Amino acid sequence: MSEEKKSIATREAYGKALAALAAADPKIVVLDADLSKSTKTAEFQAVAPERFFNAGIAEQNMLGVAAGLAAAGKMPFASSFAVFATGRAFEQIRNSIAYPRLNVKIAATHAGVTVGEDGGSHQSVADLAVMRALPNMTVLCPADGPSAAWAVRQAAAYDGPVYIRLGRLATPQLYDNTDQLKWGKGSLLRPGKDIVFFCCGMTVAICLEAAELLKNEGVAAAVADIHTLKPLDGKFISELATRCGAALTVEEHSIIGGLGSAVAEVLAEYCDKIAFSRLGINDEFGQSGSPQALLKHYGLTAENIANNAKRILARK
Amino acid sequence: MDHSLNCDGFARQMRREIIKMLAAAGSGHPGGSLSAADIIAVLYAQVMHIDAAAPQLPGRDRFVLSKGHAAPALYAALALRGFFPMEELANLRKLGSKLQGHPDMKKLPGVDICTGSLGQGLSAACGMALAARLDGADNYVYALLGDGECEEGQVWEAAMFAAHYQLGRLIAFTDHNGLQIDGRISDVMSPLPLAEKWTAFGWHVQSVDGHDTQAIKAAIEAAKLIDDKPSMIIAHTVKGKGVSFMEDQAGWHGVAPKPEEAERALAELGGAE
Repeated sequence: MSEEKKSIATREAYGKALAALAAADPKIVVLDADLSKSTKTAEFQAVAPERFFNAGIAEQNMLGVAAGLAAAGKMPFASSFAVFATGRAFEQIRNSIAYPRLNVKIAATHAGVTVGEDGGSHQSVADLAVMRALPNMTVLCPADGPSAAWAVRQAAAYDGPVYIRLGRLATPQLYDNTDQLKWGKGSLLRPGKDIVFFCCGMTVAICLEAAELLKNEGVAAAVADIHTLKPLDGKFISELATRCGAALTVEEHSIIGGLGSAVAEVLAEYCDKIAFSRLGINDEFGQSGSPQALLKHYGLTAENIANNAKRILARK
Repeated sequence: MDHSLNCDGFARQMRREIIKMLAAAGSGHPGGSLSAADIIAVLYAQVMHIDAAAPQLPGRDRFVLSKGHAAPALYAALALRGFFPMEELANLRKLGSKLQGHPDMKKLPGVDICTGSLGQGLSAACGMALAARLDGADNYVYALLGDGECEEGQVWEAAMFAAHYQLGRLIAFTDHNGLQIDGRISDVMSPLPLAEKWTAFGWHVQSVDGHDTQAIKAAIEAAKLIDDKPSMIIAHTVKGKGVSFMEDQAGWHGVAPKPEEAERALAELGGAE
């Protein structure tokens, strides 16, 4: 490898990708709700200030303004923390954006418990569930810097509402290039015949670590990055799960309604006899703590993933 | 484009169509449709630069019916302006119809945005006005809010936004009929005083008789002279205006007239061919 792999937060990659798109696509307009330094939309503001609008601490209006911009031919990217973008402004997203299928991109950062010390009020554990349930909505959850930049470019090339889930913490670079990423398709990052980990966002890197731990114990675990939760690649998921006979979903989100539920729906409808389990936030809210302490507390560590895998394999 | 349509005649035809389509649908919102009819008539008969032959014309004026339940009034105006055949009005609220219970931009040409969930339209209008500014276009964006709708917090977020960004080409109306479903706005949850609130939020504010089409038109012309502030025209109206037994009755907010009631209403409205 010629370049050193860099750890970068997906929100950082988002800000850079957006700024890079500014000149190429004059339709892009960026909105933020007083968090531009955290969501990294300030990167766009720096290069295209005339197309950046701070909506202030008013997320509902921000998403409504985005709808109006899109109705008039613009392509707004609206950003806030995931908990506010999808929670505070849920019904604006539903009625003003998803229902008319307007070309609005909602790039929400600080998703999941790795927000850390700010605590449960700020930790979005249900955003994938609510966005996934909306007709017309595409849902992306990239795992690293390059795939986040890819997600932003793909979203910009697509005509319709897209939700992009982004994180606060730096995550290791997993993709040298993004050729293997396809809109709406799963991405197999590590082959394996015994069990498959379906993961998204920052849990992809942790699952790769877990697979390495299991290798030492003679278990070949596959790791599949489900960067597009909707439309979900059901064929990829069912074929991989059938081949391995065992599957575990790992997500920094409630096990209700997110990736775990989405995969469970596929397995229940299209597969037989798959030993399966979901790992994620177990129907509870988060709390304050360092991101690493929280990941450990909620079981999102390589060790715990490996242990869960072994429990599932015993059921095969 | 025909800008010579007579507003009062247009409004009378709108009211007749509102009654007929609601009676045919068997459900819907007559009170607020009738109170808003004259405002919408002025916009669609004389003011707005729109073209029925090219409903998606990029530089057109836009209209946001933020009180989306007054959809029958908008549908009547669009049909009278030739956006679709008058016969289509009979399909209001029926399965597969372009005329949804609340306006749907994806189904009906001429509808600029989906509305119906109260409080959201003014934000969308802000976005449209912002887009026009970015494009250097000279079109206007009109929005119509209900007075009860002003109980929604998002309205005031949008009010702040429009003034902050000096959206001078945004001209909004409040259909101030004083009633909401559960009764008088002053009894249910008063949003009053309206004019003072909009003024305090940095808007250019006028108050007019919302059934005087000349006054409405004059207020729009005055609003167009203000280019550094959004404009709010508070239109004092009567819910159910034009049909005696519906006037100022909260009970007629969301109930369609029965056939015999529709007949009485049409007889009162007159103007039949």
